[in-house]
Amino acid sequence: MGKYKTYLAGYAFLLPWLIGFFALTLGPIIASLYLSFTKYDLLTTPEWIGAKNYVSMFTDDYRLKDSIWVTMKYVFLSVPVRLSFALAIAMLLNQGLRLLNLYRTIYYIPSLLGGSVAISVLWKQVFDKEGVFNQGLSVIGIEGPAWISSPSYAIYSLIGLSVWQFGSVMIIFLAGLKQIPTELYEAATVDGAGKVRQFAKITMPLLTPVLFFNLTITLIQSFQTFTKAFIISGGSGGPINSTLLYSLYLYIKGFTFLDMGYASAMAWVLLFIIAIITGLLFLSSRYWVFYSDGGK
Amino acid sequence: MTIPKNVKNGLLHVLILALGALMLYPVLWLISSSFKPTTLIFTDKNLWPSSFTLEHYKSGWSGLRNIQFGNFFVNSIMLCVIAVFGVVLSSSMAAFAFARIDFPLKKLWFALMLGTIMLPGHVTLIPQYIIFHELDWVDTFLPLTVPKFFAEAFYVFLIVQFIRGIPKELDESAKIDGAGWFMLFFRIILPLCTPALVTAAIFTFLGTWDDFFGQLIYLSDIKKFTVPLGLRLFLDSSGNSNWGAVFAMSVLSIVPSLLIFFAGQRYFTQGIATSGLKG
Repeated sequence: MGKYKTYLAGYAFLLPWLIGFFALTLGPIIASLYLSFTKYDLLTTPEWIGAKNYVSMFTDDYRLKDSIWVTMKYVFLSVPVRLSFALAIAMLLNQGLRLLNLYRTIYYIPSLLGGSVAISVLWKQVFDKEGVFNQGLSVIGIEGPAWISSPSYAIYSLIGLSVWQFGSVMIIFLAGLKQIPTELYEAATVDGAGKVRQFAKITMPLLTPVLFFNLTITLIQSFQTFTKAFIISGGSGGPINSTLLYSLYLYIKGFTFLDMGYASAMAWVLLFIIAIITGLLFLSSRYWVFYSDGGK
Repeated sequence: MTIPKNVKNGLLHVLILALGALMLYPVLWLISSSFKPTTLIFTDKNLWPSSFTLEHYKSGWSGLRNIQFGNFFVNSIMLCVIAVFGVVLSSSMAAFAFARIDFPLKKLWFALMLGTIMLPGHVTLIPQYIIFHELDWVDTFLPLTVPKFFAEAFYVFLIVQFIRGIPKELDESAKIDGAGWFMLFFRIILPLCTPALVTAAIFTFLGTWDDFFGQLIYLSDIKKFTVPLGLRLFLDSSGNSNWGAVFAMSVLSIVPSLLIFFAGQRYFTQGIATSGLKG
């Protein structure tokens, strides 16, 4: 086969991706950057207004302030708790038990279903004043608040839903734990190291690459959470903006108020926030992520 | 510190099962409530209903505004089938090019493709919407199906990794036998990639089935509504008065995900462990 025929074949197979890349990714990225400097309502032509969208985001949009605060709270509370649960259960399961497949399935089901509207609907009921969760609390003598309708508690029902879906992260931890050679533990036991010491000196260091991966992925996903907040708050982000996650507010701005320039600016700020956080994670990784092959 | 091993293991099983039951409780409660008469849903605390009814399934299935809930299912399934076909075909084509064919700028394209995996969809959302609006595609299924035929970066990566594990000698001998690139792709590489293709198909199906956001912004005619949109409408219009029917339809809406999961279980761990998908 001739060289050019090979080139042609390569591009023929790549063509669908290439079209998508230019028409639906690269083009739109550039367009949204441009739109973020305009006022645009989809019907009239975009009007260039300079950095006004960005300025107003940080000066007079108090709903956005609420939204960023709620999102930070959601991300920085749910991610660590979710990862801790995932790791704890993964370690519990990683003891050479029989029925491992069954257990893995049980713990994975919430992750499988958690993103659906059905589960958000269910959650709305579970965390109602008279809901299942408070019934559970009343068994141990605690009277729970009306989680969904109270501005100070509503976000915790969302965080709870996110933590409940720790199964997929757990499966990745489990795969990581299986990679650790059991000889290491045997040698440590012979040398008299206890379980806690083994965890701190063997398990954790060898698991840091997996932890890093999980942390990065979960953080990025959490910043983009939408469905839960939309369904549980009925699309409003209420009560009093208490569940107004960033993606939900962006949707409201772009598709309810048709303020597409502003929504584009919000998208770029989100990209910026995510880039900074993942950038910091990558920079910090050389101090805490341990690669047994010397970090290639 | 000398607890016999079997006692310790037994306790461990009990602990794992107890925690697991706690995890599944909300879902079990949902299923159980969907079969309880309305008056019992919030009063009967037993998970096993003291009296059964299918009333909620009947009233839920009859739908709303003269549209049966079955319509939403037909629409959702159709979207999922097209999405799976489009994503698997286009992603495996791109993967084949990256893994097996030499052409100029290949490294650049590959790097760009990897770069898009982590990109939050928000930065492309508004312009994409504008494109589909200009094409007059809003409130049709096209914005939700056509893009699936342009390959999805993550699955391209997954399949590339898989193809790299297939011995290159197969390509050589196929070429000696006179097979062209298309022959090689369809007859040799694709069949050998089945596990990766199934993984991509499963996660595409699940992702499309639960894609509330995309369907919310692009579909507005109730006849075109999908299961998530139907459920949301149902919740808004009959929520507090008819929880039973909402629960019944919620249960039905998670059945396909569960079926796919149990049918393709062995592909799951692989898919999740390489990607952190579905979470």
